[in-house]
Amino acid sequence: MSVTPQSEPISKIKENQVLKLLASGKRLDGRSLLDYRSIKVEVGVIDKAEGSAMVSLGNTKVLVGVKVETGKPYPDLPNQGALTVNAEFVPLAHRYFEPGPPDENSIELARVVDRGIRGSESIDLRKLVIGEGSTVYVVFIDIYILNHDGNLIDASALASVVALLNSKVPVYRVDENGIKKVDEYFPMPMVDCPITITAAKINDKIIVDPTLDEENISTAKLTITLTKNGNICAMQKSGTGTFTIDEITNIQKIAREKSYEIRKKVFGEE
Amino acid sequence: MIMFEKRQLVLPGDLIAKGDYIAGENVYKVKDKLYAQKIGLIDFDGKKVYIIPLKGRYIPKVGDIVIGQITDIGVGSWIVDINSPYSATLLASDVTGKPFSPKTESLTKILNIGDVIIGKITAFDRTKNPSLTVKGPGLGKVSDGIIVDITPTKIPRLIGKRSSMLNTLKEETGCDIVVGQNGKILIRGKNFKMVELLVKAIRMVDEQAHTTGLTDRVKAFLSSSIKGG
Amino acid sequence: MTNKKLIDENGLRIDGRRLDEIRPIKLEVGLLSNADGSAYIEHGRNKIIVAVYGPRETQPKHIGLVDRAVVRCRYHMAPFSTDERKSPAPSRREIEISKVIREALEPAIFTEYFPRSMIDIFIEVLQSDGGSRCAAITAASLALADAGIPLRDLVAACAVGKIEGKLALDLSDIEDKLGEADMPIAYMPSLGRISLLQMDGVFSEEEFIKALNMAKDACLRIYELQKQCLKSRYVSI
Repeated sequence: MSVTPQSEPISKIKENQVLKLLASGKRLDGRSLLDYRSIKVEVGVIDKAEGSAMVSLGNTKVLVGVKVETGKPYPDLPNQGALTVNAEFVPLAHRYFEPGPPDENSIELARVVDRGIRGSESIDLRKLVIGEGSTVYVVFIDIYILNHDGNLIDASALASVVALLNSKVPVYRVDENGIKKVDEYFPMPMVDCPITITAAKINDKIIVDPTLDEENISTAKLTITLTKNGNICAMQKSGTGTFTIDEITNIQKIAREKSYEIRKKVFGEE
Repeated sequence: MIMFEKRQLVLPGDLIAKGDYIAGENVYKVKDKLYAQKIGLIDFDGKKVYIIPLKGRYIPKVGDIVIGQITDIGVGSWIVDINSPYSATLLASDVTGKPFSPKTESLTKILNIGDVIIGKITAFDRTKNPSLTVKGPGLGKVSDGIIVDITPTKIPRLIGKRSSMLNTLKEETGCDIVVGQNGKILIRGKNFKMVELLVKAIRMVDEQAHTTGLTDRVKAFLSSSIKGG
Repeated sequence: MTNKKLIDENGLRIDGRRLDEIRPIKLEVGLLSNADGSAYIEHGRNKIIVAVYGPRETQPKHIGLVDRAVVRCRYHMAPFSTDERKSPAPSRREIEISKVIREALEPAIFTEYFPRSMIDIFIEVLQSDGGSRCAAITAASLALADAGIPLRDLVAACAVGKIEGKLALDLSDIEDKLGEADMPIAYMPSLGRISLLQMDGVFSEEEFIKALNMAKDACLRIYELQKQCLKSRYVSI
């Protein structure tokens, strides 16, 4: 059951400060409305994982580990590898995170990241088959939130894509006894590089990459994932506020521009 | 301009007026447009546009007579279910007339869980639950009779203009009726058939409150049923 | 996996609809006597019942908010609602859908009128065939109105998708499984606001803008059906 969340108490003074700055096109940390915080990316931080990446978006810190195992394919997709995305809002990441099974926020985040990767068919799952119809590779993307200062989803999605692009798939050979792991690897077959952009609405102003304070003041957020050629492969509105059609049309334009910018910044010329 | 006629049915989100009007009960205003908040009948009083809702929970008002049931006992008070999102508090000192001493007195001997009372709302605001008193004529513990539930928003219709409907019900059936603003009606009558008839008549009001000519129809129903035996 | 054609040579879909047609909708309100408000919808083969309780006392007390009512929303699918039996335990999908439905309806409710209380919306999907979250929202709006809860507007919901490269309204389950995109939206027509927007699959910018407007127009049609249903319940004698 989904319950209206307790809002994190934010001081009136801070809230007024944020609103005043927004009116003149600026934010608390000096950014303009459509600026992202500084992005830091580290790859291969967990060498026991088949792939990994740590992304910092300002103070938000997310670690993603990719594990590649073997398993049965989905019954209606026998010639494709499988993909599972899970997110943990670890208690050390924020004073209000409690240990326990994933709550609706971490489930929503995992599912939106999943849709962005799946919808864009970024992983060529057909190359992740070991024995057609019987054994395939199962790619586990585990998102670990280490510090929550807003916009967990963009950071998680970026870390997931970076981790995948740097993942190695262990080779399995099929013999009469079943499957055998050999000491060879091939790179994760990636054909796209989706970038996720989240915008938040505060009164009638639209900002991108909200900090936690900005998220707590905002009434609604819109997350859009875009492929390399600017197509939309996932969208999610969240929060108890609303958007007009014009606002949505405008936000997807902004998201497209930002996605090109960030893809270039993180991956160079692609 | 007002887009509807008096007593027309409106639905939530309906644009009911545009211009220099005042948003009354169950109406909200955005810039110069007035919208309905609930299903109900639109009415206006000069520049004020309001809606008589067909359904809704009872929200206490100071001075309301309510009929409630004791659901819990606190240290020096009872918790009363008054058919509202907010339980009411009845202090022991209100009933005994003096400060309550837990050492020498037992609340359950005075009023126990399940007891029904007629009370009056003495205080209510957004920060704490409503308070009740049972001091006053006609108030106190109910020892007999039956309780009928109707939608709280229909209570004004049950009473009628200058109590016309309520008087009709009392006169035709000879029963004693106490009306709680919270949608609870206490009926006491010596003749069981009359009590049954009265319950039916009250149901009629609950279902047809939004129609015209209801008082006459209820009167006709009662007289013909009484004659028919 | 069969190579099923979703659109035939006459431009008709598997169930005979054209690309811009919504499945037939049946709405009923006030069918449960215990709930404060209730509604039932049949949208295509979806069959969904919604009950609203409230505003009522918060349970447990500590989840209450000082300045407005808490909204609790549960979207749950019956085990017999899908082709393959679904376990009664809440799945991750149901948890996410419960959240987005609550966030689609909450903006319509004047929660600030009922501090420290709770409004419950219970959605049971008795049979599911694609677009169930939209049908649930359409019915839940009626249940909220039926309960006499003050609303800014009714919320109407509909999805638009892409099958065999063409934009199509209101995808059924099989069209969603075999199609290239699905985008459910929820809309409040009087205020022109979108309260739910999700999308999976791929849309170009042009397709997206066209799809968004198609879905909005479909919501307007469904809004009229909602109004008709409420009006007919209170027809004068």
